[in-house]
Amino acid sequence: MAAHHSDRQVLRYLPVLPAVVLLAVFLAGPVVWAFHASLTNAGLTGRHARNPEWVGLENYQRLLQDPAFPLSVVLTVLFVAGSAIAGQNVLGMALAVLMRRARPAVSATVGTAVVAAWVLPEIVAAFAAYAFFSRDGTFNQLLGAFGLAETDWLYAVPMVAVILANTWRGTAFSMLVYRAALNGVPAELTEAAQMDGAGAWQRLVFITLPVIRGSIATNLMLVTLQTLAVFTLIWVMTAGGPANGSTTLPVLAYQEAFKFGDIGYGTAVAVVLILIGAVFGLAYLRLLREQKP
Amino acid sequence: MFPRASKTASLLAAAVLVLAACTPADPAGGDKTIKVAYQKTDSFTALDTMLQEAKKEFEAANQGVTVELQPIQANDDDYGTKLALALRSPSTAPDVFYEDTFKVRSDVDAGYLLNLDSRLASWGDWATFDNAAKEAGKADDGGTYAVPLGTDTRAIWYNKKVFEAAGVGLPWHPSSWQDILDTARKIKAANPDVIPFNMYAGKGTGEGTVMQGFYELLYGTGASLYDQDSKKWVVGSAGFKDSLTFLDTLYEEHLAVPPAEALDPNVWKKVFGEWFPKAKLGATVEGSYAPSFWQDGGSYAWPGYAQEMGVAPFPTQNGAAPGKVSMSGGWTLAVGAETKQPDLAFNFLTTALNAKNSLAFTVASSQIAVRADVAADPGYQSANPFVKDVSGLVSVTRFRPATSDYPRISAAVQEATEAVITGNRTPEQAAADYDTAVAGIVGGDKTIRK
Repeated sequence: MAAHHSDRQVLRYLPVLPAVVLLAVFLAGPVVWAFHASLTNAGLTGRHARNPEWVGLENYQRLLQDPAFPLSVVLTVLFVAGSAIAGQNVLGMALAVLMRRARPAVSATVGTAVVAAWVLPEIVAAFAAYAFFSRDGTFNQLLGAFGLAETDWLYAVPMVAVILANTWRGTAFSMLVYRAALNGVPAELTEAAQMDGAGAWQRLVFITLPVIRGSIATNLMLVTLQTLAVFTLIWVMTAGGPANGSTTLPVLAYQEAFKFGDIGYGTAVAVVLILIGAVFGLAYLRLLREQKP
Repeated sequence: MFPRASKTASLLAAAVLVLAACTPADPAGGDKTIKVAYQKTDSFTALDTMLQEAKKEFEAANQGVTVELQPIQANDDDYGTKLALALRSPSTAPDVFYEDTFKVRSDVDAGYLLNLDSRLASWGDWATFDNAAKEAGKADDGGTYAVPLGTDTRAIWYNKKVFEAAGVGLPWHPSSWQDILDTARKIKAANPDVIPFNMYAGKGTGEGTVMQGFYELLYGTGASLYDQDSKKWVVGSAGFKDSLTFLDTLYEEHLAVPPAEALDPNVWKKVFGEWFPKAKLGATVEGSYAPSFWQDGGSYAWPGYAQEMGVAPFPTQNGAAPGKVSMSGGWTLAVGAETKQPDLAFNFLTTALNAKNSLAFTVASSQIAVRADVAADPGYQSANPFVKDVSGLVSVTRFRPATSDYPRISAAVQEATEAVITGNRTPEQAAADYDTAVAGIVGGDKTIRK
């Protein structure tokens, strides 16, 4: 009986085996490869391209001494906090809440406008954002029309420009997640609270948000991980400049691995990025777990 | 039994899925295909035209052989990256490819290029190639691994209309840096709306910053980037600081573009497409290929360029002999080390670079000829009014020290110029930062104070 029982246990996992194998090959594989490469001096060209040598933790030691690295970590966290957590997440939530109260026509128009940015391929969105913020761009023309001073956004405040651009591009996703979540909040709950005299703000904070906490955690996790990996948008808009002022970790990893041909060092940066993603992921997983009674 | 059978079945299914995903499609045409990788952009189609022509010629002469052209649409930096990635694996490596001269050495070190010595020995045309240009295809072991397509030089391109309006005597021949500053100030005083003298700086313009800008300054001071004799990188030179100071003066006095504009990677397009044709720019340092943008069919066609533009050699700092400075780069064709048909690949290379195709390419892309027969051709000499001037600079030109550390060193120089023009660092501070960066890149024992 015991043997039969464990056979059944194994059998239960069989249907997911192909998926697990695919994940292992195409997802875990590159991660393991990146980790391995980060411990070598593999190069894109030069003699280390042919015969990479094992260098242990040398790349990581170099990373800690590299003045560009701490700046890059700070910028990455700033980018995620600004454009994912504060930008896409909060704005998406606000839009979802407001759209429930707005007239259907207004709600549909806003929804279309927001989703339009999300539908664009990343490279197109990046060029659009570049055209908007560049020196002779739309934004400066609008400011000029109102008699306001023009600014070189991509030069003077590159992080603000890329954070705004990424917020613009990604808010639709959060908005859609929260609209679905809000539809799942039982109407009786909010009505009961209203009967007890709770105002709109109180109903949101004490009823709606706790109920959709699971969706909030899931959404935060998804937008955070996606934003951590954003490369094209920044590369097209500022290429990490000026003076490394918008060089987030993906941009730094690209520059090291491909511009300087130092694949070992570039993958070390990528591994740090994976670790930061893992930290965020674990934090959100805790948030998800704690909600259960 | 049943559970075991289904277990096996799904394992098999998984294995099939994985295998199907991993197996590359069979290349069409079997093994008689020559893959050719090269760069093609909106503003650079001359090579594409030439290789299309060579493909026709070669396929007609070699029945059953297909030439598969693989244009890569990318700027110089991204092209280099894509090519290097393709070369890493024998299954994606092209048989023949367009290779930047300054990547030859490190790509030979990486084992990507085929040694061509024995084949070149039996190629009659090889004798017509210029000796200096042949050097660009040589690796550290003395062997030749790449055949030059053409070369280039750098000079000052200036707009005669702007100069005349400011009362500057023509033709203009600055004999020192001071001459340049004096003229630029004069232009500025005459018309504050034009950019008097621009020089690329910062990381935005990448290699353009150093090739068309900083190195003309540095090598004109008597200093250099790399000491050939000791094979060490030069740090702490007065010339480096002086060069940064010159850039600082240009940008600080608004003789060049605002720093925000200088850091835009697309600024060169404005130089060629907008500022020169509209007489908004006095002068800049640019390559001998400049007319290729303006001539008929170029990306910024401008019929008046032959009359309105002038060219002058970049002077040394104080006019010391030889009085002028230039930098050269250029591109080559190379054969992949892993090619299955080295003879066919090499034969294609010789077809692509025969006298007829070389001439067409050299003229269309405003290159400086590397074949004696092309250089002597009247079609080449009359391709544009500036051929003689820019070809003459070959006598003083220099090449980059193309070691595998070079890309990082170049980035450090670009960073130094960026720090100076944005006002973040003084020239002294930026030079000191550069010295630290170089020691960090190559190690303190590979640097030399000069």
